[in-house]
Amino acid sequence: MRPETASTLAFSDEQLRRVRELQALYPERRAALLPVLRMAQETFGHIAPEVEAYVGELFDLSPAHVHEVVTFYTLFFQKPVGRHVLAVCHNLSCALLGAEDVIGHLQERLGIEAGETTPDRRVTLLRVECLCACEMAPMMQVDDDYVGPLTPETIDRVLEGLR
Amino acid sequence: MAERVLMRNFERPDSHTLAGYQATGGYQALRKAIGLGADAITAEVKQANLRGLGGAGFPTGTKWGFIPQKRTAPVYLVVNADEGEPGTFKDRYLLERDPHALIEGMLIAAYAIECETSFVYIRGEYVRPWRIFAEAVREAEGAGLLGRNILGSGFDHRIIVHRGAGAYICGEETGLISSLEGQKGWPKVKPPFPAVRGAFGAPTIVNNVETLCCLPPIIARGGQWFAALGTKSQGGTRMYSVSGHVARPGVYEASVSITLRDLIYREAGGIRGGRPLKAVVPGGSSAAILKADEIDVSMDVDGLKSAGTMAGSAGVIVMDETTCIPEALWVVARFYAHESCGQCTPCRECTGWIYKIAGRILAGKGVPQDPDTIVDVAKRGIGTTICAFYDGAIGPYISYVEKFRGEFDYHIRHGACDVHPGRAGRVPASAGAH
Repeated sequence: MRPETASTLAFSDEQLRRVRELQALYPERRAALLPVLRMAQETFGHIAPEVEAYVGELFDLSPAHVHEVVTFYTLFFQKPVGRHVLAVCHNLSCALLGAEDVIGHLQERLGIEAGETTPDRRVTLLRVECLCACEMAPMMQVDDDYVGPLTPETIDRVLEGLR
Repeated sequence: MAERVLMRNFERPDSHTLAGYQATGGYQALRKAIGLGADAITAEVKQANLRGLGGAGFPTGTKWGFIPQKRTAPVYLVVNADEGEPGTFKDRYLLERDPHALIEGMLIAAYAIECETSFVYIRGEYVRPWRIFAEAVREAEGAGLLGRNILGSGFDHRIIVHRGAGAYICGEETGLISSLEGQKGWPKVKPPFPAVRGAFGAPTIVNNVETLCCLPPIIARGGQWFAALGTKSQGGTRMYSVSGHVARPGVYEASVSITLRDLIYREAGGIRGGRPLKAVVPGGSSAAILKADEIDVSMDVDGLKSAGTMAGSAGVIVMDETTCIPEALWVVARFYAHESCGQCTPCRECTGWIYKIAGRILAGKGVPQDPDTIVDVAKRGIGTTICAFYDGAIGPYISYVEKFRGEFDYHIRHGACDVHPGRAGRVPASAGAH
């Protein structure tokens, strides 16, 4: 996680070209807001108010509009997260098959509560609603990948693989 | 098991590639569709009795017919790949295992509605499905199946793959359009319906992934053949996502005439450990719950409607005797409270209120009138909101309480659970997390 300030915050020239490409893809350039916010999150780590203002400038949109969009979606992080994000589904099918035990085990192993990041910034643990992988319940998303069905053993194996 | 129509290619290791798809006759239906012409394609889809497989079950051919004849703007096709209904995971399989079937279905639909640009809105969490589908689009572009003058027919089409960012409401068609336009995913008032004024103010058809994947087989083998696979009011097969306490959770394809009992016991291997069945949610978490003695019902739109529930997304969630229904309601109520977009007061307030009541019942602090209050609050909001989110939420609220009233009363009277005595009065650790 890199701390960013308004003065250092900018996309590279290549990224700016990509922003313009994305904006040109749609009938209205504002439609590229979600993909550009995703780029911003990948670049700056999380979407701080400065990032909202910067992205807003790229679209001629007010920071308030960008803030409204960012806060609506769960995949935009407004505060720093760890190098890895574990998102455990606690919706119905996963709940029926032990999601609470999964979360309890992870909290114990990581020494944090759901919603927190480990002090070494290695892992952020989140509870999420349905990831639509109920056939592998109980399951979680480990960064980009879906993992399940989870047992204490499979969870420990996942944790060992995270650097 | 019925003939596999949608999952016909799933066993092929190369099913996600253009070569694999073409080896099984892929893109032949597109060629045939272009030969038929736009009107004949729509007629075939109507004859097929294809109903939307995203949740609402609206007849697909009829929906296409809502596009105004006189157009002042381009027509857009928007694919709803924002799968998010708890209990449902079929579209994920289609995106990963047969992405070219979706592309071909999109091209057939686009040809029928005279559309040059389509958008595929994929939920943000679906990283792998997105990668596989986006690669399939690149392959199709490289092969001249997308772009200008497709198959030498003069038909132009491009696909723009768009990713969501985590919000259940973006699966609602007008919420999806708002999100696609770069806003928060707030649903819009209908009418005007998207077919008249949709994405970017232009006529827009929003179709689900599975619905579009039905089109190549419909064109290849005829609407009549497809209609005959189903019931009188709904043609074809569909993919059932089966999860919960079954021996073999997974996605199963069957005719829409299959019974819920056969789906659970014949396809998904019955209840894990041979335990007794307690209840089933037949069409995603928004569907009203059925008790164990109510599963001899056919899975088509009308069959489940007559049983007081709905086919919805065909997400079947199975609960055995170890399930605490008040706890299940609390989990579901948390979901709706969390996912309400907040735009309409009745939805925002009632979902939050019911979640709180369910929480206190589970914590052993319920009061005798709580079950009645849940039903009363749930009913007051019906039909008062912009979109179907709230009317979906009341399915579980009312049915869980009415069908399992005794369990709620037990929790309230004893401050404890009759299914899990060891968990007396315990609220799961996440109570109050939202």
